[in-house]
Amino acid sequence: MNHTPRSLGLRLVFLVLPLLVALFVSAVILLLLNQEPGEVLRQAWRGAFGNERRIASVLNYWIPLSFAAMGLVITFRAGLWNIGIEGQMIMGAVFATYIPLYVPLPPILTISLSLVLAATGGAIWAVLVGVLRNRFGVHEIFGGVALNAIAAGISLYLVRGPWALVGNNNQTPVFPRETWLPTISDRFGVSQLMLILLVIAVLSIIFLMGRSRWGLQLKATGRNRQSALLLGVSVRSVSLSAFILCGALAGIGGAHRVLHTYHYLLPNVAGGIGFLGLLVVMLSGFHAAIVPLVAYFMAALSAGSTRFQTLLRLDPSLIDVLQGILVLTYVLFSGIQDRFFPRIREGNEEMKKEITTNE
Amino acid sequence: MNEALINTLNSLVSNATPLVIAAIGETITERAGVINLSLNGSILLAAMVGFAAALATDTLLLGLGAAVIVGAVIATIIAFSTIQLRRDQVAVGFVLTLLAAKLADFLGQPLNSASGPSFSKQPIPLLADIPILGHIFFEHNILVYFSFVLVIGCWFWLFRTRPGLAHRAIGERPEAAYARGTSVNRMRYVYTAVGGGLVGLAGASYSLSIKIGWPSIISYNGDGWIALAIVIFAGWHPFRVLLGAYMLSALRAAASDIQKSSLNIPAELLNTGLPWILLIVTLILVNTGQIDRLLIALPARMRGRFQALLKSDAPAALGERFEAS
Repeated sequence: MNHTPRSLGLRLVFLVLPLLVALFVSAVILLLLNQEPGEVLRQAWRGAFGNERRIASVLNYWIPLSFAAMGLVITFRAGLWNIGIEGQMIMGAVFATYIPLYVPLPPILTISLSLVLAATGGAIWAVLVGVLRNRFGVHEIFGGVALNAIAAGISLYLVRGPWALVGNNNQTPVFPRETWLPTISDRFGVSQLMLILLVIAVLSIIFLMGRSRWGLQLKATGRNRQSALLLGVSVRSVSLSAFILCGALAGIGGAHRVLHTYHYLLPNVAGGIGFLGLLVVMLSGFHAAIVPLVAYFMAALSAGSTRFQTLLRLDPSLIDVLQGILVLTYVLFSGIQDRFFPRIREGNEEMKKEITTNE
Repeated sequence: MNEALINTLNSLVSNATPLVIAAIGETITERAGVINLSLNGSILLAAMVGFAAALATDTLLLGLGAAVIVGAVIATIIAFSTIQLRRDQVAVGFVLTLLAAKLADFLGQPLNSASGPSFSKQPIPLLADIPILGHIFFEHNILVYFSFVLVIGCWFWLFRTRPGLAHRAIGERPEAAYARGTSVNRMRYVYTAVGGGLVGLAGASYSLSIKIGWPSIISYNGDGWIALAIVIFAGWHPFRVLLGAYMLSALRAAASDIQKSSLNIPAELLNTGLPWILLIVTLILVNTGQIDRLLIALPARMRGRFQALLKSDAPAALGERFEAS
């Protein structure tokens, strides 16, 4: 491949252009629905950065979303479609529920043990997908979809059966107050512990992907399994470790939902955040460093959907549609771009997406 | 045979029909080398649109037509983005399956639980009079009969006609097909759209026949993924698609029976979990060649025949891009 060095500016343009086109298409759709796109954007902006309370609600959506999305960066880079992420979040939430409900421990122990358990639960659920793939040749998409359904079944069963709140078959009892995650302040109800954990996770993943031998092996595996194998990379253990890490992160994201957002377990505890995470990573072009920003944008849209409804009479499910259209346009337009300016993309090894193109 | 069992078998056939139609559609697409991963969302959106169109026009056929168009359009987007834009089929398919499901939610709100037209049973004269089998197979609505014709027609097309041979060649060895004068990518568009149209029809057969209306199909959410797995289980063969869909439908019926007989198995686990566990087990058996080992238990004379029946090889160029050079 002949690498033609290009200016940083041009690279940025080609990174940002598909995003802008995607936003433009969304704006056109809003116009068609008799909505003022500028007004929607302004409200989204206010929702995202307006005041403490709103920022907190966006952050509380952003934290689990980012945990999931950062985990997905790892699996995507290893060339894996971890659609099972939703189930991994659910299992994280399920595992995190046990101690606060049934084991009276000092709060510090409760919280730290619950987080460890949640990471374990998510990792177990991800390992299952990995083993099904490695040992039994079941594609991770099928393994993932099946395990999502089974995880949903398990949480539904627990919530209705052994862990049910008397007189309500849609949730467990509320956790004791002292096991709730401490927050920065009453007005700013964000867990500082989770924020710190997330920052650590983001930084270590960026480091691992960019600077470590493991990251190199991971990317080699994702780019071409056969040649990675020939280079002496243990492809199986690399992809299994990718699943484990991703599952653990998703599990912690799931724990955030029960230990902080709800303070009890409910059937649809992950609420599609795992799937949204997949969209976030695609929209980020699989770059770890961009993921938290895109996740914040998506979180602002999702967390603001009820506000959109009251202020602009915009249906909350329209937000889901817009998020999907955004990603679809992005994927398609980056295809058009590759088609007409192949050399520019070619000269940029990092931007060449091994996953969105069929090598 | 007792009447209850025959009735169960009858409803089993009708409940499996959307799965049969969707999985045959996907078989047609994948035989041409393209994966349409959007089945789950396509089915939901087509079910909603099909019901809405039938309700608005009070014409069932227009409902079916609208659903077919929805499925075909989504499939064409996948074909375009993978053939023309060289995007990953899995990525585009996955985004579309999410997007279509969300669109169905959003656009379908005004329909909430409205009642509308639906297909009624039309027993086939003479055939329906056959003892036992007549009641099981020939007392249904036309969608069920269509699924029979579709399975046989698809088999005949793929394995007994010349264009069908070219169809398979596109998925197996596109270079060779190209060398023999088939325009590979154009035909991939056609088969992807046709397959997608059938997926759309499957959606409409939920909302116009099995669980009438919208959003009542939600209890079947996930069937698109099951249909995709059935295609693999079936080894891309129409008759085994039929078998797979009927087996799954039977397992579902059995699960709800077990639940009724209160064997103390939690209903939630049974309903949401069981089909998926069985699906995984089947895929494991198919993929690891364990089925061959099970076959050793059979008498030698039958073994070969079963082996041929259970052989499962994906089209060699499935998911691969073709570029004429």
